[in-house]
Amino acid sequence: MIRDITLGQYFPGESWIHRLDPRIKIVGTLAYIVALFIVGDFWGFLIAVAALFGVIGISRVPLKFILKGLKPIFIIILFTFVLNLFMIPGKVIWSFWILTITEEGLYTAFFMAARLILLLLGSSLLTLTTRPIRLTDGIESLLSPLRKVGVPAHELAMMMTIALRFIPTLLEETDKIMKAQQARGADFESGNILRRAKSLIPILVPLFISAFRIAQELAMAMEARCYRGGRHRTRMNAMKLEKRDFAAGLLLVAFVAAIIAERILL
Amino acid sequence: MAEMIDIQDLVFEYTRDENQEPVSAIKGVSLKVEKGSFTAVIGRNGSGKSTLAKNINALLLPSRGAVYVNGYDTRQEENVWDVRQSAAMVFQNPDNQIVSSIVEDDVAFGPENLGVESKEIRTRVDSSLKAVNMWQYRKKAPHLLSGGQKQRIAIAGAIAMRPECIVFDEPTAMLDPKGRSEVMGIIKELHEDGITVLLITHFMEEAAQADRIVIMDQGEIALDGTPQEVFRQAEAIRDMNLDVPLTVELGYRLRDRGLSVPDTIMNMEEMVEFLCQYK
Repeated sequence: MIRDITLGQYFPGESWIHRLDPRIKIVGTLAYIVALFIVGDFWGFLIAVAALFGVIGISRVPLKFILKGLKPIFIIILFTFVLNLFMIPGKVIWSFWILTITEEGLYTAFFMAARLILLLLGSSLLTLTTRPIRLTDGIESLLSPLRKVGVPAHELAMMMTIALRFIPTLLEETDKIMKAQQARGADFESGNILRRAKSLIPILVPLFISAFRIAQELAMAMEARCYRGGRHRTRMNAMKLEKRDFAAGLLLVAFVAAIIAERILL
Repeated sequence: MAEMIDIQDLVFEYTRDENQEPVSAIKGVSLKVEKGSFTAVIGRNGSGKSTLAKNINALLLPSRGAVYVNGYDTRQEENVWDVRQSAAMVFQNPDNQIVSSIVEDDVAFGPENLGVESKEIRTRVDSSLKAVNMWQYRKKAPHLLSGGQKQRIAIAGAIAMRPECIVFDEPTAMLDPKGRSEVMGIIKELHEDGITVLLITHFMEEAAQADRIVIMDQGEIALDGTPQEVFRQAEAIRDMNLDVPLTVELGYRLRDRGLSVPDTIMNMEEMVEFLCQYK
């Protein structure tokens, strides 16, 4: 059971969006987030929503699956909404006891909530359609120009790759340690939060020790396979921009231009 | 034939504590391994067999003496990458030597480090995965595979570096019997394809499949020879707390009872065949 968990929230597929170069998708997501903060009125949001649903449609990820990602932060959205609704001064349209709603408050509350929801959906689409390993490759490639100013792009990407690879291994290890201790009468389920937190300490200590042992063995295995950092290193799947990536880039530019034009002209 | 590995009076010492006297894991071992041969090194825990393996890959460097791999001296720093490319290594724990969360990316790791061209890496990865019968699993995540399959991926990763020799450091110790026989099958195939194999193990049954067995005890070579020659010293082997393979033991006892069982019989099938035809 513990081995079956999915990493990140990748939704396997072969759509046009899935096959795009990860770099285009990362840049696109960043551009979308920035665009959401340029937008300031109804028509602008309409463009942003249309663009998002267009991309969701092409990606063939079920809408229900995407909306599920909103659940954990629903409270935060609600909180921002309520706070904006009651706290912004302006023309009063409704008031009761100490609560007053202003026109400006209503306006800001709606737009802020819409902004947050779109931001979340947009960025979750990136992780839903890109394998974690491709994502790290993309990040490495995008950061590599910064190597000249001392950003260790390759090392960061390698760290992320190894972290992704070892999550299931460490989960298995945790499972093993817990079972070994339960077999000797350890109790992880009863008692209040404090007691249960305390009973985790005997798991964490052996887990740390075995994590260090794994790290040492892995380092040795990597050295045996001639690993010597990012220099002289080649890649099997060298990332190459295809026609579809240029098309996506053009669409992206068109989208950002539309958002800016809308803001200036209307 | 030329030597793949030439170990000359190797001494390896390490210190547990700064104040303590150094402990010798290997006390003067000399060993020559010929190109294309299949040698098994066997010994108990603490006999120094794993330390020996790491010295061959320049993961550990000799305290005294020297190790030459394909003519490269492991003590010279500029030789390290040539040494590791000539003699690849497969470790005991299949989990802790796989780097990537996709099988084919992991196999590509070695050649990528060597700076091989992308297209060439692709062909190497495909042929290596086919050689270990794991090609259909190339897009899978390693943590969903069995121990034997993971170990075969690790072997593919070693082959993809195109080494002349592969050092296996107890590759089957953590596997179930099925995984063990899968891995041994692959090792024998690699040897038939001309790769020099050095198999470190503590299973006598596995060592019996090699052309030559080296038994290590307390940091020294205790016995060295063909399986027939080594198993003739059954008493000495038992004194070192090692087992003689069941078939060999059986032959030994039958000979004691006056049956003329030849001492070249090493595995069960040959023994059954022989006994059925025995008059």
